[in-house]
Amino acid sequence: MSLFSFLNRRNTAPMARERLQVLLAHERATVGHSDLVGLLREEILAVIAKHVQLDNDKVSVTMERGETVSTLEVDIEIPLTASVRAA
Amino acid sequence: MAKVIVVTSGKGGVGKTTSTAALGAALAQRGEKTVVVDFDVGLRNLDLVMGAERRVVYDLINVVQGDAKLPQALIRDKRLETLHLLPASQTRDKDNLTAEGVEAVIEELRKSFDWIICDSPAGIERGATLAMRHADVAVVVTNPEVSSVRDSDRIIGLLDAKTKKAENGERMDKHLLLTRYDPSRAERGDMLKVEDVLEILSIPLLGIIPESMDVLRASNLGAPVTLNDASCAPALAYRDAARRLAGEQVAMTIPGGRRGLMNKLFGRRAA
Repeated sequence: MSLFSFLNRRNTAPMARERLQVLLAHERATVGHSDLVGLLREEILAVIAKHVQLDNDKVSVTMERGETVSTLEVDIEIPLTASVRAA
Repeated sequence: MAKVIVVTSGKGGVGKTTSTAALGAALAQRGEKTVVVDFDVGLRNLDLVMGAERRVVYDLINVVQGDAKLPQALIRDKRLETLHLLPASQTRDKDNLTAEGVEAVIEELRKSFDWIICDSPAGIERGATLAMRHADVAVVVTNPEVSSVRDSDRIIGLLDAKTKKAENGERMDKHLLLTRYDPSRAERGDMLKVEDVLEILSIPLLGIIPESMDVLRASNLGAPVTLNDASCAPALAYRDAARRLAGEQVAMTIPGGRRGLMNKLFGRRAA
């Protein structure tokens, strides 16, 4: 810890306030299971699993719930041998 | 006319039981007949905070199941004759708490008390929903801290959906009681401010209870903080909150906001 670290120590309360505002905006919207991002994640994975053998360890899903925009990132590794098309 | 109040929070350890005892005693001190009811079946503590732990014979479950009459289960406070306690059961399962049974008990209490204060267990399960079910007014106890604020938001949602009032299309009267508030830490930007919490939860403020040693001291002794030392900062804050519940207009102050120089210097270290 630097000797002068107390000088650039930022106040934490504004961070707490901001985090809560974003989180609660989402939680209030998802009451009644209308969690759109969660639903999309499930359905997208289901569609892909219909065509390709999915290895759960090779699927990475990340969600970022932002103040005005949420992003859903689905990263799936599809090995050549597994990409056999359904007949 | 009798008023049923639920003291709730979602999160545990924020001061529901302390606040139930303190508000109950403050209302009873006004000469109004008050009963505090513990809904935390299996983990009762209101008896301990009230200093009546050795006088419990029958409890809420006994009354609900018809093993005891309500007057037999009520414990009258030794300090205030207008204050009564209906303890929770320590040994029974909370599944014994039925919706019909609770309704019958509340209806009977309404006949002989001015204030019925229900101390909710933490969480959002059966005990908590039954405690809020018949309430006319809700006191949401919140600490200026992220997890407590989030859980309070959830409880506010339940109050607007799962209570008798809400089901009848009426508006549940909800008030925020901010506890363990430290004005100097909020001023320094290390704690959410009163305005922050109010803006996020958007329900009216009932009172601000300062963080204080007096609260622990009172519970050590088994006395509501409003009875133990009527002149300490948290007792004054609870008394004002009780007056607001009773419909009086009382200016909102942040107790302990003005601190002496010595206190300021040494308060930092303790914080």
